[in-house]
Order: sequence, then C-alpha cells, then structure tokens
Amino acid sequence: MNPILECHNLTKKYGGKTALNQINLSLKPGRIIGLLGPNGSGKTTLIKLINGLLTPTSGELRIQGKMPGVATKSIVSYLPERTYLDESMRIYEVVEMFDAFYMDFDKNKAYQMLQKVHLDTRSYIKTLSKGNKEKVQLILVMSRRAKLYCLDEPIAGVDPAARDYILSTIINNYEEDATILLSTHLITDVENILDEVVFIQDGNIRMQEEVETIRSEKGKSVDDLFREVFRC
Amino acid sequence: MSWNLDSSRPIYVQLVEKIQLDIISGTYEPGARLPSVRELASQAGVNPNTMQKALSELERKKLVHSVRTSGRFITEDETMIEERKEELASAQIRTFFEKMCQMGFDADKTIRLIEKMLKEEEL
Repeated sequence: MNPILECHNLTKKYGGKTALNQINLSLKPGRIIGLLGPNGSGKTTLIKLINGLLTPTSGELRIQGKMPGVATKSIVSYLPERTYLDESMRIYEVVEMFDAFYMDFDKNKAYQMLQKVHLDTRSYIKTLSKGNKEKVQLILVMSRRAKLYCLDEPIAGVDPAARDYILSTIINNYEEDATILLSTHLITDVENILDEVVFIQDGNIRMQEEVETIRSEKGKSVDDLFREVFRC
Repeated sequence: MSWNLDSSRPIYVQLVEKIQLDIISGTYEPGARLPSVRELASQAGVNPNTMQKALSELERKKLVHSVRTSGRFITEDETMIEERKEELASAQIRTFFEKMCQMGFDADKTIRLIEKMLKEEEL
C-alpha cells in the first residue's frame, strides 16, 4: 500500500533554531500512530507542516503524493492544539460552517454525536467548559471522512471521563483506510489504541516502532520505554 | 472503557485470554454473535487492528468462526468449550502447585491442607 504521508529530509528552521532536522518518515494507511516526544521536540511543527500552516525550510513532505495545499486540505482533518472556533458562534452555526466548507463532512453524524453527549447545539461556544469545547472540536474533526487525521494533543487538559469519551470517539469514527496521527505526552492514556509510535526528540526521529513489538520484544509498555529513552 | 489491560504485555494476547474466559464462563453463550470489531475495540479501549488480530487468533483456535457478511459467532461445540475450560483450570492448578512447592509444600501436603481447610469451612 502507498504511504499516506512521506517526509524526505524534511527540515524546518525558525531563524537560527532548528525545529525539525532532516527527518525521513513514512506513514501507512489504516493505522493509529502516536507522535510522542517531550515538549519542544517538534511535534506541533511537523503537524503544522502537514497542514500547510508552515512551509519547509528544505526537504519535502507529501500527502498521498501531493505537496500540502488545497488538494491535501480536502483529505486531511486537523485538530489543532488550541481552540480556533469563533467563541461568539453557536454550536450549530459551526456545524453548518464545516458542512459548507468541507466536501467530506457528514453533518448528520456530527449532530448525532453532539446529541449523544447532550450538548445543546444552540449554546454559544464561549459558554462551554474546556472539556466540552474539546468534545465539540473533536466531533467536527472526526465527522469528516478524511484520509489523514492530525490530532494535536487531543486529550490534554480534560478530565479522565472526557478522555475516555475522546478516545472511543476516535476509535469509532475514523475511516478504516484512514490514518490517525496523534500527538501527546499522555502516553499511558493512549498507548492501547495505537498501532505504532514515532518518538521525536530535538527535531530528530528517535524511533518508529510497532507498539506490540515493543511489548513483546522489550516486555515494556510504551510509557516505560518513553521514560527510558527520554530520561532527563 | 478498557478491560484492565497490562500495557507491558502484548495486548492481543490479553484480548484473546479475556474473550476466551468470557466464552468459557458463559458470558458469551455458545452460538452467540460477537459484537463488531470496532465495538469490541471501543469497549476494550484498544486499537481495532489489535482486536482484529485477537479475533483471528480465536478463529484459529476454533472458538470463534466468522460467517461472511453476518459477523463472528461463538462456537456451538460445547464439548470443545468444556475442554478449554478444563485446560484453563489445569493451568491454574499447576501454577498453584508451583507456588506451594516454593513454600515447601509437596503435593500430598498441599492436598491435606486443602482438605483440612474445606472441613473447617464446613463447620
């Protein structure tokens, strides 16, 4: 199967600081992949490059063979680290906006999911708790039938029950041949839903491995391995 | 969600063990239809590909069989379920005897102790 995402010698510098250093990475379709690394390791930079919010300093990045742009945005569903929704809009207005914006958006699915978590679609975004804002954003992102979902810290700062909801929403809603790239440092919470992990440190890929291989060959959880690799 | 899995052991092995136990204990009745891979994965809090692998393993063990288009079913072969039950119980007893042996109890001594305890509990 052709990779959904390929990076060749991908480099991103911010002035004199190198955020990503000649990384080579290939992600296959149909998988849930954890992008794991300490703070400031380059996770968000990589995700922003995938979404065309940043441009590479050198090297290249291809999504289904295409450079990031209009065509790739229609197959990549992105959950940024921070809320970007207009706080003065009501939930249903945002749903309608997504529906108008994305061809692959399934409006009925979004409304069903919102109803399931008892969110009143007439509520203003600004009145929602942090956990509920996260839920709304995730529902919007997962209601698209995308090929690549990029979720940047989807479970940071929400309570354990909301975390469970978010993870099961991810499992239940991605398209079977789609890939999910999920960045986080809350490894214990997500490691059982991952196929594969990519460890990133100081802008370099330290490791790319199947999680079941880590467990069977090293007898370790991903969390234990992470602590070992990134010991301060 | 989650089935209390140990993240330092391969997950699919633990899924096989758990579903096997559910079959043996009758939580899933013989001939019953299993939920879909997605649904099971969501219940367990695991990756659907891992659940798929566990179900394939259960199929290989003949405890589960899939029927094209209508899903996966628990075996109706109750003799086999009974056999698996005995295998699992025997494995438990073996571990128990090993532990007793480490404490210096040989088989005779262990059995005498079990009998003694059972009598005391009856009273």
